[in-house]
Amino acid sequence: MKLTVNDSIRTVETDPDTPLLYVLRDDLELHAAKYGCGLGQCGACTVIVDDKAVFSCVTPISLLEGRRITTLEGLGTVERPAPIQKAFIEEQAAQCGYCIAGMMMRAQALLLRDPNPTDSVIRAALEPHLCRCGTHMRIVKAIRRAAELLRTAPVSTKRAI
Amino acid sequence: MTKHKLMAFVTLCGALTAVTIALVYEPSIDPVDVSAVGFDAALVQKGADLATIGDCITCHTSPGGKSFAGGLPLKTPFGTIYSTNISPDPETGIGHWSEAAFRRAMRRGVAPDGKHLYPAFPYDHFTLVSDDDDKALYAYLMTRQPIHALSRTNELSFPFNVRFLLAGWKMLFLGSGPFKPDPAADPIWSRGAYLVLGIGHCGACHTPRNILGAEKAQPFSGGEAEGWQAFPINSASLSPVPWTEESLKVYLRRGWHELHGVAAGPMAPVAENLSVASEDDVRAIAVYVASGMGRPFDGIESGGRTGATRPSGNGSKPQSGGSQTVPGAPDGDIGARIYASTCATCHESGRAMPYGGIDLSLSTLLSAPSSRNFMRLLLDGLPATDGRKAPIMPEFSAILTDEQAIAIASYVRSHFGNKPPWQDVSVRLREARDDQAAAPLSSAADHRPAANK
Repeated sequence: MKLTVNDSIRTVETDPDTPLLYVLRDDLELHAAKYGCGLGQCGACTVIVDDKAVFSCVTPISLLEGRRITTLEGLGTVERPAPIQKAFIEEQAAQCGYCIAGMMMRAQALLLRDPNPTDSVIRAALEPHLCRCGTHMRIVKAIRRAAELLRTAPVSTKRAI
Repeated sequence: MTKHKLMAFVTLCGALTAVTIALVYEPSIDPVDVSAVGFDAALVQKGADLATIGDCITCHTSPGGKSFAGGLPLKTPFGTIYSTNISPDPETGIGHWSEAAFRRAMRRGVAPDGKHLYPAFPYDHFTLVSDDDDKALYAYLMTRQPIHALSRTNELSFPFNVRFLLAGWKMLFLGSGPFKPDPAADPIWSRGAYLVLGIGHCGACHTPRNILGAEKAQPFSGGEAEGWQAFPINSASLSPVPWTEESLKVYLRRGWHELHGVAAGPMAPVAENLSVASEDDVRAIAVYVASGMGRPFDGIESGGRTGATRPSGNGSKPQSGGSQTVPGAPDGDIGARIYASTCATCHESGRAMPYGGIDLSLSTLLSAPSSRNFMRLLLDGLPATDGRKAPIMPEFSAILTDEQAIAIASYVRSHFGNKPPWQDVSVRLREARDDQAAAPLSSAADHRPAANK
């Protein structure tokens, strides 16, 4: 089966009923998305499909033929972080970091829809995500900073996902 | 002769006009300075309990807005009506309303200045509320935080924007309260009837409406609310397992029941309010509603479905997902495959609610004649509730294409609902998608009722 992941077409020899999360981590060695609850209730596995955030742990790859899948690795690299990654680093929004990749993907999807979200909109959008460390205030700040960075960034660095 | 006829005609016209004016006209009631009035704490508490059952805060608060400041748009077949500010702000709320003016609004749907109110404010139910309870509700509302917020202008087309015509509507459809209990009836049942028919205004959603927006004489046989079907809550109940007083009480207070499912859509805030209402009152409501559903069954009707095969209790199964798929998905049926690989993770997990999803053969959604509620639930999921233990379901709108959503609907309808295929899946899916796209991002916490105490 062919999947479009981070703009490249990948062939996987896995049962089509397999959740995307397992395919990303085990077959494609993309480890940003995390296994948290396996039930779509904690948000750690969140990736972007087309332009919306989805839980990869409850999404079998059979549903994804022809869809564009973006993981955190697809946004930026350590050398060239995307605005959302830069903002999370600058605000030091991670403590243990397990939930953060999912949070960033949800935030990225939010900013695609609403480039200037209010705090209440950010909180509402991030509601499906759990963080046990308690960095929530920093996460909200980081998303505000990312919105600012995206607004002022040169067009070439804005990933069109 | 001709002169006499003319005289008669003029007299008749004059009389008709006088009668019309007498029927339409309502005097204004003078404003009062409520700040000078003290309210007894026990009375305020009684009003708080009634307002909770009446769900006042849900319609009179906009998403993310201040409690009771109004502004929630209510879409009706006649246009959009915005709820009003019922906080005690003197300029924009009801701060200058006297108790007599408040009682007239509740009983006859008239504002203090004599203007007729739209029955989106369900005074056809509130007319049944007793004088004493109106007094308590008044005390409660007058002691809330005053919020300065102008009400938005309704968007109604002609002739629905002409308020005096509502006098005619009232002549046709407004009975006159207050509620008169049957002295021979069980007092708990009577209390339930009073709450359900009056302040609880359950029929506002659960009773079908006629072309003029009034409830038909088929109480509780199913209506609609905000794009959702409000299921029948009488003998025509669609629930695969019959409701009992006890299951209704648990459902209304907790927002879900393992044999019936979850209060979703516009029923969610109702249950959230009832979770803090007086337990005796919720029991009375359950007793009354259950009595209208016919003989309580023992939970073994409907093909022996009881849901009792599932383990229950906290920790009886691990809470994280184990094997992500259910083996043996039938080949060929796309809906069956998607169900097995996506839905069964929770719905056949063997974990009791709220940690697992409901056994879909118990779900009322799947026996309903329309796919409306199913499509909304499938797309929106069930967001986490604030501070209460309740099932969560991820939203699937982003992941499912229209074809995939329809395939799931067809499969679960026939496999678990055991019913002929829904005829309206495409149109209901479109409606649900459009409404979801139009909905502002807001938090469940934004809809949380403010502390009543």
